[in-house]
Amino acid sequence: MNGQVLESDSAAALTVRNLRVGFGSAEPVVRGVSFVVAPGECLAIVGESGSGKSVTARSLLGLAGTNSRVSADRLELGGRSVLGLTDRAWQARRGKDVGLVLQDALVSLDPLRPIGREIADSLRLHTTLGAAGRARRVLELLDAVGLPQPELQVRKLSGQLSGGERQRALIAAAIALNPPLLIADEPTTALDVTVQAQILALLEQITGAGTAVLLISHDLAVVSRIAHRVAVMYDGQLVETGRTAQVLGSPQHEQTRRMVAAIPADKPRGTRLSPANRSGAPSTPDTPSFLSTPSFLSTPSFLSTPSNFGAEVSRESTVVLEAIGLSKSFRRPDGTSQLAVDDVSFTLHHGSTLGIVGESGSGKTTVARLLLALLAPEHGEVHVFGEPWSAASEKTRRELRASVGAIYQDALGSFDPRWSIAEILTDALNLRRERGAPHTTTRLTSLLDEVGLAPTVLPRRPLELSGGQRQRVGIARALAGRPEILICDEPVSSLDVTVQAQVLDLLDDVQRERGLSLIFISHDLGVVQHISDQIAVMRDGRIVEIGPAERVFAAPQHPYSAQLLAAVPRGPV
Amino acid sequence: MLARVLPRLAARLAGAVFVLWMVATITFFAVRLIPGDPAQAVLGGPGSQASPEALAAVSAEYGFDQPVIVQYFAQLGRLITGDLGRSYALNMDVGPLVLSQLGGTLLLAVLALVLAWLLALALATWSTRGGKVAARVGSSLEIVAAALPHFWLATSLIVVFSIGLGVLPPISTGDIAGLVLPVLTLAVPLAGFLGQIMRESLLAALESPFVLSARARGESERGVRWVHALRHASLPAISLSGWAFGSLISGAVVVETIFARPGLGRTLLNAVTLRDVPVVTGVVMIVAVAYILMTLLTDAASRLVDPRLRLT
Repeated sequence: MNGQVLESDSAAALTVRNLRVGFGSAEPVVRGVSFVVAPGECLAIVGESGSGKSVTARSLLGLAGTNSRVSADRLELGGRSVLGLTDRAWQARRGKDVGLVLQDALVSLDPLRPIGREIADSLRLHTTLGAAGRARRVLELLDAVGLPQPELQVRKLSGQLSGGERQRALIAAAIALNPPLLIADEPTTALDVTVQAQILALLEQITGAGTAVLLISHDLAVVSRIAHRVAVMYDGQLVETGRTAQVLGSPQHEQTRRMVAAIPADKPRGTRLSPANRSGAPSTPDTPSFLSTPSFLSTPSFLSTPSNFGAEVSRESTVVLEAIGLSKSFRRPDGTSQLAVDDVSFTLHHGSTLGIVGESGSGKTTVARLLLALLAPEHGEVHVFGEPWSAASEKTRRELRASVGAIYQDALGSFDPRWSIAEILTDALNLRRERGAPHTTTRLTSLLDEVGLAPTVLPRRPLELSGGQRQRVGIARALAGRPEILICDEPVSSLDVTVQAQVLDLLDDVQRERGLSLIFISHDLGVVQHISDQIAVMRDGRIVEIGPAERVFAAPQHPYSAQLLAAVPRGPV
Repeated sequence: MLARVLPRLAARLAGAVFVLWMVATITFFAVRLIPGDPAQAVLGGPGSQASPEALAAVSAEYGFDQPVIVQYFAQLGRLITGDLGRSYALNMDVGPLVLSQLGGTLLLAVLALVLAWLLALALATWSTRGGKVAARVGSSLEIVAAALPHFWLATSLIVVFSIGLGVLPPISTGDIAGLVLPVLTLAVPLAGFLGQIMRESLLAALESPFVLSARARGESERGVRWVHALRHASLPAISLSGWAFGSLISGAVVVETIFARPGLGRTLLNAVTLRDVPVVTGVVMIVAVAYILMTLLTDAASRLVDPRLRLT
């Protein structure tokens, strides 16, 4: 049964033929999608943001939206058509015949209600069970999804649970009535890798019990772990469908190939992840991409940057940034204090990249802030270019701030939404006031050119740009101060894989051209592995392992590193 | 449990005392800005032609000849012992006078607050259910209602219901019928204001992923609203109700005067006109106490509706 394409779909849990969904009078966003999911099968629909995958999923529940137009030749749940159902008829089938699990249970479970009540809702709506019977079933469900001590958990609010616990509770609510079909829309996207692996295992277990699972995700590598079949969605259509190993191993469609190539794990340092030139536009196929990118040969910034003069040979081993025994604690809401960073030490060498990897709450962002001297360490010191940095006065530091650039995860949130791109970059350029600097417009254009953006973005505002363009502006802003050190805190975490690949390639380019030293912080081991020379693994505020990237990945010394490593989703090699 | 509640209660109490002290201080100096001699006010105002000897005697008796700072501390001392003083104009103690007027105003304010909530809830739920036209009509109604000044609304209601239709009395009669127009006057603008806030948070809640999850479990439209969305929508409105209560008391000054209704508002207006400082101070202090109590109540209500607040 598993993975086999059903010829006769009479036994299918879900049959979709020629589904089209549009909003208002606009062009349809889902254009003729057909697929079948068999009982006990996991089909993954994979696509980037805007491809129409979530709209497809919601249409299957009759929840596409108030002004949506849904049409299909066939749309059947468990062999019964759901086309043209009334609201009331839909209500009777949702939760019973099909369950939905959304991303990030913090907002997908009502924050004002205990999780026990949320889980009991389906039972209240579709069964005649009394309060005691519902309570008993809720405990069974929590146990089934692997939440320890269910009696203690039922009364908790979603905000009191960890990300993984919440997601388990959300899954428990969706499978309360054992629906034959479970739709999971990005069920692991906001989770740490080890938790992600656990949730995937749970979904696999649910599939194994005979439930059909439709998995919606942007991440090919993640779904490949449990999906029997994969359907790649692009621009409202399924461009490629097939068994997982086959789709990942020999992708046929160009979009699939792009997505497979963009998986960063296992690709050695310096391998390009996107078949694109610097602007992110695909280059002509017959020209190798590294040859068609002449910018790092012609851009004179490397030679003209005054901070880069001097003997290159000796600088290779120069320590540009050093953390010595950094500690920092925070006060919890209940008044006790928590050590967020505990005795962290490392050195960053000129022109190299130190990847800091850890799960949420491991203290990696606090380390970034300590390095930027936006927080003062309780113990320890940060040195930059051999001089005291954290211990210096803010006045002294301000002179040097431009040499330590920062790139953040949420590029949009780090811009003033009312400022145009020109204003944002001019402001950053003015940080380092230089006499006789070329005219601002020329500098803006060359800065944009360096990050692969056209000057046409200058008058636009951050909201009018795509996620990838915004992060490019974020990099341009960091480069404007002519930094020698860049501190990147989850710079690609909110981007689609192919965009992520382009931005990683870009960071690689500018690092080589400008001789930058990078601190690259991420929860994503695959990304860190691809970009780093040295890797530090953080857990509970401590560095549990630090060493050359190849060594850490080939032979992790610490059990936690090994555990993290085992959880990393990998593409085919 | 008690160990967690007590420090918070103590902090609340200290805060309340501080607020009352500030109110007393500001009132003391503010009434001093009203032009004229306070001794003259005691002797019946500028029209009474009091002799210089009489004025001097009154000044000495009430302490008006003392430095301001001495008068200020004397006043604070009296307030701490609960002595609100004696009215200059009415020849009676301020405490009993203010308390006798308090009930009418409280009844007016509480009824107006309840009615405003009901109107706002009805308007918000109706305008978020019925599609685009209802949404537009609802938001227009809210804006118009919120913009209505009390004096204009009161007069218009009298013109329509008392003079035109003759169904309701134009002045307060002490029974229920006499309450309708004053309560409406206060409630309608507040309902517009609360309705705007409720509709916005209701829309946000209805768009949120947890509502989508609830719908995916088979929850009906009504269930989505009553079990999930309205609870979220009411939170900001509850927090604002403390402030709304304060604005209702100040609105009562206008409404009680127009409808010739006895109450704190009218007492305050008369006292200011007559420069009756003890009565002004007394009314302001009692309103401040009521306001503080109301804020405590809205806090308690917020904690009741939002269990997240009970965690810390």
